[in-house]
Amino acid sequence: MTSNRPLLIPSPRTPSTHDLPTLPVFPDSAKPSSAMDSENPQPTLNSSSSRRSISSVQSKPSMRYGSRGADSEGAASQKEMNDEDVRIIHINDLAHTNERFEFSGNSIRTTKYSVITFLPRNLFEQFHRVAYLYFLVIAVLNQLPQLAVFGRGVSILPLAFVLLVTAVKDAYEDYRRHRSDRIENNRLASVFVNNQFQLKKWKDVQVGEIIKIEANEGIPCDMVLLSTSDPTGVAYVQTINLDGESNLKTRYAKQETLSKLPEKDRITGMIKCEKPNRNIYGFQAFMEIDGKRLSLGPSNIVLRGCELKNTHWALGVAVYAGRETKVMLNSSGAPSKRSRLETRMNHEIIMLSLFLVVLCSVVSLCAAVWLRRENDNLDDILFYRKKDYSEGEVKDYKYYGWALEIVFTFLMSIIVFQIMIPISLYISMELVRVGQAYFMIRDSQMYDEASNARFQCRALNINEDLGQIKYVFSDKTGTLTENKMEFQCASIWGVDYNGGRGSLEKDQLVHNVQIDGIVLRPKMNVKADPDLLRLLRSEKDTNEGKHVHEFFLALAACNTIVPLVTDSSDPNVRLIDYQGESPDEQALVYAAAAYGFMLIERTSGHITIDIQGERQRFSVLGLHEFDSDRKRMSVILGCPDKTVKVFVKGADTTMFSVTDRRLNLNIIRATEAHIHAYSSLGLRTLVVGMRELTASEFEQWHSSFEAASTALIGRAALLRKVAGNIENNLIILGASGIEDKLQLGVPEAIDSLRTAGVQVWVLTGDKQETAISIGYSSKLLTRRMTQILINSSSKESCRRNLEDAILMSKKLTTVSGNEHSTRGSSGDGITSLALIIDGTSLVYILDSELEEKLFELANRCSVVLCCRVAPLQKAGIVALVKKRTADMTLAIGDGANDVSMIQMADVGVGISGQEGRQAVMASDFAMGQFRFLVPLLLVHGHWNYQRMGYMILYNFYRNAVFVLILFWYVLFTCFTLTTAITEWSSMLYSIIYTALPTIVVGVLDKDLSRMTLLSYPQLYGAGHRQECYNTKLFWVTMVDTLWQSVAVFFIPLLAYWGSTIDTSSIGDLWTLSVVILVNIHLAMDIIRWSWITHAAIWGSIIATWICVIVIDAIPSLVGYWAIFDVMKTGPFWLCLLAIIIAALTPRFCVKFLCQYYSPSDVQIAREAEKFGNLRVSSPVQIEMNPIMELPRR
Amino acid sequence: MTPKGDKGKEGDSSFAKKKSRRPKYSRFSQQELPACKPILSPGWVVSIFITIGIVFIPIGFAALFASERVVELQFQYDQDCVPAKYKDNAVAYIQSNATDKTCTRKMPAVTSKMKSPIYVYYQIDHYFQNHRRYVKSRSDDQLRSVAKENSTSDCAPERFAKNGQPIVPCGLVAWSLFNDTYKFSVKNKTIAVSKKDITWKSDREKKFSSSVYPKNFQSGGLIGGAKLNSSIPLSQQEDLIVWMRTAAMPSFRKLYGRIEVDLDAHDEITIELQNNYNTYSFKGSKSVILSTASWIGGKNDLMGIAYLTIGGMCLFLAICFILMYVLKPRPLGDTSYLSWNRNASGGRLNF
Repeated sequence: MTSNRPLLIPSPRTPSTHDLPTLPVFPDSAKPSSAMDSENPQPTLNSSSSRRSISSVQSKPSMRYGSRGADSEGAASQKEMNDEDVRIIHINDLAHTNERFEFSGNSIRTTKYSVITFLPRNLFEQFHRVAYLYFLVIAVLNQLPQLAVFGRGVSILPLAFVLLVTAVKDAYEDYRRHRSDRIENNRLASVFVNNQFQLKKWKDVQVGEIIKIEANEGIPCDMVLLSTSDPTGVAYVQTINLDGESNLKTRYAKQETLSKLPEKDRITGMIKCEKPNRNIYGFQAFMEIDGKRLSLGPSNIVLRGCELKNTHWALGVAVYAGRETKVMLNSSGAPSKRSRLETRMNHEIIMLSLFLVVLCSVVSLCAAVWLRRENDNLDDILFYRKKDYSEGEVKDYKYYGWALEIVFTFLMSIIVFQIMIPISLYISMELVRVGQAYFMIRDSQMYDEASNARFQCRALNINEDLGQIKYVFSDKTGTLTENKMEFQCASIWGVDYNGGRGSLEKDQLVHNVQIDGIVLRPKMNVKADPDLLRLLRSEKDTNEGKHVHEFFLALAACNTIVPLVTDSSDPNVRLIDYQGESPDEQALVYAAAAYGFMLIERTSGHITIDIQGERQRFSVLGLHEFDSDRKRMSVILGCPDKTVKVFVKGADTTMFSVTDRRLNLNIIRATEAHIHAYSSLGLRTLVVGMRELTASEFEQWHSSFEAASTALIGRAALLRKVAGNIENNLIILGASGIEDKLQLGVPEAIDSLRTAGVQVWVLTGDKQETAISIGYSSKLLTRRMTQILINSSSKESCRRNLEDAILMSKKLTTVSGNEHSTRGSSGDGITSLALIIDGTSLVYILDSELEEKLFELANRCSVVLCCRVAPLQKAGIVALVKKRTADMTLAIGDGANDVSMIQMADVGVGISGQEGRQAVMASDFAMGQFRFLVPLLLVHGHWNYQRMGYMILYNFYRNAVFVLILFWYVLFTCFTLTTAITEWSSMLYSIIYTALPTIVVGVLDKDLSRMTLLSYPQLYGAGHRQECYNTKLFWVTMVDTLWQSVAVFFIPLLAYWGSTIDTSSIGDLWTLSVVILVNIHLAMDIIRWSWITHAAIWGSIIATWICVIVIDAIPSLVGYWAIFDVMKTGPFWLCLLAIIIAALTPRFCVKFLCQYYSPSDVQIAREAEKFGNLRVSSPVQIEMNPIMELPRR
Repeated sequence: MTPKGDKGKEGDSSFAKKKSRRPKYSRFSQQELPACKPILSPGWVVSIFITIGIVFIPIGFAALFASERVVELQFQYDQDCVPAKYKDNAVAYIQSNATDKTCTRKMPAVTSKMKSPIYVYYQIDHYFQNHRRYVKSRSDDQLRSVAKENSTSDCAPERFAKNGQPIVPCGLVAWSLFNDTYKFSVKNKTIAVSKKDITWKSDREKKFSSSVYPKNFQSGGLIGGAKLNSSIPLSQQEDLIVWMRTAAMPSFRKLYGRIEVDLDAHDEITIELQNNYNTYSFKGSKSVILSTASWIGGKNDLMGIAYLTIGGMCLFLAICFILMYVLKPRPLGDTSYLSWNRNASGGRLNF
């Protein structure tokens, strides 16, 4: 948990920019309440006619959300907006608004192409890829008459093929976008035109228009609220499409515009706002209306993509439309990353390029030598005939002097040998990744039932990286834990009440409230401590009872929760759903409700709490929102008994510093002890305090609060100061313990990952004690581990600590006598180290020379736990590791605070959980639960890596063997680049003859079953050791390639030397034998033969045969009918058989000897799997066992 | 573990209301298609090698035997048939119209009885009939139909005759048509050489049209080789058809004709040949060959030797593997060989 985690109030994504400088007056004489009738179930909208308890307040605007950190607002007011950076909107004056600026209309276009622009634009985009450019250059070279190796049509075939495939794919995607755009653009909105509201299509809405939105309608463009059905100008919006958060956000209309109705009085005014930008949490503007100048903030604007909820209607002025809306500006694709394997592959591609250059040089040099040697005879040589006599004068025919001939030969050989660079590999890899992604998405074991979330592959290019992850950086809350807060226990006035924990009697009376015969009940039940319940019911007047009473009142009141009443299946029962941005607060309010302090309604100026069956109204006189400096929030309540109290809740560290220590030292001590106990159980703690204000104190606060909140300059700082003044000398009421439950299967998952040799680092914003206790419960830490704690407050002590720790770790590792004890071993038998470091120390370590030491130390530790870290520090830690190792890093998290870390790591995984979608949006992969990391890495990662590694090597081999065969033949054609293999076959070779099997194998082959991989996580080490793709393998493959090409080429050459064989026949023999060879080669390496694999391999061979026959059935080609004639002869079949056997025997032997005498782990596991002596059952059962109750105590 | 397992955990009814995005279970999507997982066990490997050996060695012997039975007479005449005074300037001799190109020689004696049909080949070495310039210089369209007479775009430098008319058949390949002729006689009795059906049927019927007649052929400044009788359609110009099937290798034979009578052992064949074709400018050589045929074609020991070698190697490998298996076996799938198990038992580290 980071420091600005929504510990108390606003989530970090709706941070301090929410601001309400001038809040609407709460209408004193509002209409009679209609809130409780069935049509209007929103108690929050209920206005009331009751009088305020403090009369002085009534005359002034009542402050509701006073100090919502006004940072940006302050900044905005300080620097007057520059005229060039603003857009000016004249409300309801389209002509004026749009005269100077070209504001975009509201029609959106997410499509890339139109029918006309599709072809040029799509081609342009496709040629951004280097691979396609290579194709293009080769094709263009071939069009030059001097270089025309292949026929024109043939040479553009491969390029045309890939372009077509990609274009069809793009066109289809674009068509789908086009369709959804059309639907979106044709939605209707009610727009104020000609003094009445008319329905208008969304696409016709213009900036400056006044739009009326009804409840549950979508918002057509970004607009500034003018008024809403709520007399106080509140509108609730659901932002699920924007940020994925399902709770309702409150937005406000300015009080000055509230009463204006466009039908009656013409609204004129001007809005000056910033240029469109993509910050969905920021908005700065001024509105000039009736000569008054009002500042507008992000809470005054509703954005396209949101829906209006719980508000009958809302009026607003369109300020940003169409593509300038924030949601459109934010719609960007997934980040593009490059996989490690692909980067590595580039080295080999360079090798192959060099090899290609060597081949071409050899050919052109030999050609030059021949030309020089035969220079005098060239005219006479029957097969060369330099001179052309057909026209009057005798001139050279296709002879440009021998220097140019060399150049042309070189270029021509590049054209002929072009597939040495396996361009088709890039396309196959993309297809394979799509296939792999399909299987990952479809994996029913990575489907999360609770959130109904499938696995998502957002980045398609890094599938295989999942098989090589060495470091996992995990967030804690929401990732390891569920982020479903549950109130567990409380320490009130020095007494620990934890009887409710774990022992909920089923028939516990659920507290509920009856209004007009309808029962209101909180949506979630919380186990209540029976003692505490009894105390609350019986002893209202004792000192103890009073404190308990105040404690729960604080829980119910000191928050920003909005209660929503929803229908339930029973018509007489309504459920209260507490909506709020902080799950902690929700948990506390539900807890308060369970103890009989049910928050029933919240309106602008007051809250209604049902206390033990008695409804009480409290005026909310002021509210200081949570900020990450104070780490606490406070609310000032006017109680029914006309007292004014300030309730504060916050983190223990800041709360104890503002308590009045003189009053109740014992209680403070007891509370501190309890807090310590709670956090060692892994509970999140909050301290609650209060103080009663005297009239003068209140007056003083009120006036300064008033001044601060209307200040134009430095409002945030002023408000913080006001808050600091009032949050003082508090009485500590107690503390609450909230459990953040560990997600299902987390300990097992961590254990598996550790066994697999993956280092798991947990980065959390929580307290050290909480972090350590979660560490224990998640099996990250074990009792055998030696813990190294680093929490220093200066650079020097940091350095000392680190050096000591390194010394100690060295000692420990030498004692165990094993340099590598921390890796690979699961920690039993050997002392392993756990490093626990806090954010303050990290401040001194990161970006200084101490980083090196930390890395050294961390590498010796099997566990690293960082607590109290800020979001940027998380990214810093990831960067620290990434910079220093070549190993792959993975970051997993669920919240906005993890975004930087997710983006920094090689692989970012987002948990689509409670905390919005920021993490998911930034991630490469998204899933529902932490434990899915195990199948993701150990199973899919392993498979993907193995498949991709093999596929790359195979593609190198496949193309190189073909090129070498062409090359050998060139040596026998006077170095003139004749190909015996027809040009069509050359082009179809990597498209039809051999493409499908590699793709099928790349998608479907599995070296080991899921069961084996899960029960032996160590098998993941294959990826760490780069077993499937390394330089050695590359060279071995290339040597094999050389041999195979020699076998394919020279067996027929020698067999037919000096015979009547013609070029086409032997060409067909070579074509067929190389295709059969590479397919059988692949077949030899396939591990699992399913029917699809069979179909692909044998199908390809048959397809090749058919293609060769078809090509030879075209009478206008040289090789007409050659295949039929050659197939009638014995030597053809003898050659074919001999080639296959001779070419594959060395590989077969080496493969067998390697597998038999130096088997890899994967190989042994495969054998064990096949022969059934693998103990599969037991570990898997443990793996999948849902651990409901964790052994915490 | 199974997808069925965790259904019913939550209330099924409440869950059904929401549209579940649970991936549909199928053996395909879970990558659990039934599959066979072969493993290279020593037994398999040895039996594969033995099978190969057993298959290859008989084939090898059969091929050698077939090759042995082929009787082949070869007579290289390119140097022999140049008169002594032109020995140093063979090119001039061959290019001159004045010189007598006839050359009568005795072929080597027939070694053993040659049964008909006996094939007559000419063999040229160092002749790059697969030279890129050469193979591209032809028009298959033109050969196929009269209408395409003018499609000579690839034929340069033999496209047009002096009068601007297209040459049929155009191109270097046709232009360089082989023009040596052979006449054989045994004991002063001429042996008829049949030149019918020495080409592929497909070529005669489809590729070379019976309605296309040679035109303007060999009328240019440079005569490459044989002239064609312009009253015979291309489909019957079998020498041309043979020649136009360009050879794959720089050393090649082409069928000249067939002798339909048997030749007895020790028969002395006299050959009367016209040495017209210029292989001298590129140091090529010319031979004439009489050969019987077998199922593996002409005389070719290589195929048999290759098969015997491969078969023998495979048997040898099989024996090696059997020995290795006996001497140093490894139980397949023994998990104690796994690297981490070896480490735990104090074995060598594998990191």
